[in-house]
Amino acid sequence: MIVATCVLAGLGLVAGLGLGLAAKFFAVEVDPRQEEIGDILPGANCGGCGYAGCSDFAKGVVEGKAAPDACPVGGAETAADIGRIMGITIEEKERSVALVLCQGDSTAAPTKFHYNGMTSCASAALVGGGDKLCGAGCLGLADCQMVCPFGAIEMTEGGIARVISERCTSCGKCVTACPKNIIQIVPASAPIHILCRNTDKGGVARKACTYACIGCKKCEKFTGDGSMVVTNALASTDYTNPPQDPAVIGECPNACIKELDLSKKAVQH
Amino acid sequence: MRFKGGIHPKYNKSTAASSVEKMPLLGRYVVPISQHIGAPGEVIVKKGQEVGRGEPLTKAGGFVSAPVFAPTSGKVKAIKEFPHMMGNMQMAIEIIADGEDTCWEGVKPLGLWREQTPEDLKSAIAAAGLVGMGGATFPTHVKLSPPADKPIDTFILNGAECEPYLTSDHRVMVEQATEVMEGVGLMMRVLGVTKGYVGVEANKKDALEALRNACPKDLDIEFALLEVKYPQGSEKHLIYALTGKTVPAGGLPMEVGCLVQNVGTAVAALEAVEKGWSLIERVTTVTGSGINEPKNISARVGTPLQDVIAFCGGLTSAASKVIFGGPMMGFSQFSLDVSLIKGTSGILCLDADEVTQFTAGPCIRCGACVDVCPMGLVPSALGQYAERDRYAELGELCVNDCIECGSCAYVCPSHRPLVQLFKRGKAELRKLQQQAG
Repeated sequence: MIVATCVLAGLGLVAGLGLGLAAKFFAVEVDPRQEEIGDILPGANCGGCGYAGCSDFAKGVVEGKAAPDACPVGGAETAADIGRIMGITIEEKERSVALVLCQGDSTAAPTKFHYNGMTSCASAALVGGGDKLCGAGCLGLADCQMVCPFGAIEMTEGGIARVISERCTSCGKCVTACPKNIIQIVPASAPIHILCRNTDKGGVARKACTYACIGCKKCEKFTGDGSMVVTNALASTDYTNPPQDPAVIGECPNACIKELDLSKKAVQH
Repeated sequence: MRFKGGIHPKYNKSTAASSVEKMPLLGRYVVPISQHIGAPGEVIVKKGQEVGRGEPLTKAGGFVSAPVFAPTSGKVKAIKEFPHMMGNMQMAIEIIADGEDTCWEGVKPLGLWREQTPEDLKSAIAAAGLVGMGGATFPTHVKLSPPADKPIDTFILNGAECEPYLTSDHRVMVEQATEVMEGVGLMMRVLGVTKGYVGVEANKKDALEALRNACPKDLDIEFALLEVKYPQGSEKHLIYALTGKTVPAGGLPMEVGCLVQNVGTAVAALEAVEKGWSLIERVTTVTGSGINEPKNISARVGTPLQDVIAFCGGLTSAASKVIFGGPMMGFSQFSLDVSLIKGTSGILCLDADEVTQFTAGPCIRCGACVDVCPMGLVPSALGQYAERDRYAELGELCVNDCIECGSCAYVCPSHRPLVQLFKRGKAELRKLQQQAG
């Protein structure tokens, strides 16, 4: 009995010493700032910064490879905190959000056939570009919703995607997931948006969707400062110089232009 | 030789005995610019221009490309987007016929094929806009130009026509046997090949006999009756059935020195050389429970589907789906305003009873798809990887060797859209490989 106790205690002592020494000699040195940054990052591991998760991003910041304000989820606050840890000042970056540039829901955009395949926009897009007559429109099979780590995309009753801008962190995952390229990252402060990507001309576009841009150039002429430009029969907003006057909305014959308040932000828990 | 896997769907070849009927000249044709695999052609006519029958409307937009031609004489009314059989809107040229059907003055026959050089034959084929008429529409002159390190020693004529319902190749073999065999000789001359095979499925014995009787004495051709099994007409399986050679994974038939051509292409090649005709007309089967008078017709390329249907007695009241090609690999149509293209081997009209909409379920790992896959792949695993967006694994499981024959989806008790999953998988894998450089 005593022998057994002593042997076990001895074994424990030896193993403990071994581990203790190993921990000392084989310790991986981590910059303490890396851990600190890791702690304040949101932990969403969305990859929106271009790194494989939050801790990888923290490592990148400490090594000077990643921009300290590149975390789209944490936004300005996190950037400021990272700046404090790193001992640098960071200019406040403007918040941006994702926006679905399509209003062609089931009431507005007719379909050309009944699609009965995989529930995935990317798969549907391989079948003649999808079931919508409009070649540019949202297919509504929720590829963007599936990839959004923040639950910031909902499907409307009419079956198209809508970004809940309060929750959006502009990580950009939906932008890459959309096979129709109709999701764009826009500055949250921009008030006026053109919600269409259809490049068809007049009559063809009109048939495809009641909200289709027909390339009439009325908005381009009205704004006159290059904030709205028509190229390839499609008007688009220049977000480096976004239009401010809501009067342009009335100019659009097909109601493609909308005033949206994207600046609200959900309280982070 | 008997290839592994494959299926035995109901063949429904009810039009096998009906002779080809020529469609009368129409007042209007819509000729899509892109009717082949490869770069679309460049339009070389203008709105309002008068064109003759067989006059080129486009010129090839690269080496892997083919021109399209005016199906009759008339005036170019519009050059704009029209519904295309691929399920979207594509550029097409609308021609209003003048009713004269005058031949374009540029049409010049080269002469007898035996007196021409292989190079001249090949350029005549390219100029006539020939593409694989079995449905894949790969430009024929490209196929006839194998790279120097991959010499072709065997020519194979594909008369399998393994798709259910279709009988157009069957009728061509029976009614134009001489032209088919002369076309075979012509293409063998282009390639400098002496050994040829003709493979026909056993349900078309009359076609094989007709070809055997029409074969010129100086050609060394072996005629083989093949087992009736889908997809017997797939290039790789036809090669295996006839020669016992296996095309290596990821390779083309030229890896084993073989080249396969469809019977319709053989006829078109002969007409291109000896008559100077470009590819403006083809034989196609209009059939199925949804059409009043199923027949084999000969129609100009660019004939609107509406007119084809009218010529065949119209759709039945229960018709609910129109497919270009066969039921296994064909394309469902979204509009009756599409037009017939060079690769349209059949127009299948099905009524509501025959069109079942399934709801896909999860894979139950029964292995039925593994048994029937003629390429020896594991469709069940491929499907599950594709569903989970794991495309790199798809590549490791050789998704690119899938010939999209649909045998797996045909037998799947869970009605999984396997072919669609693989098509998506191939597209995503291509993207991954492009990113990796």
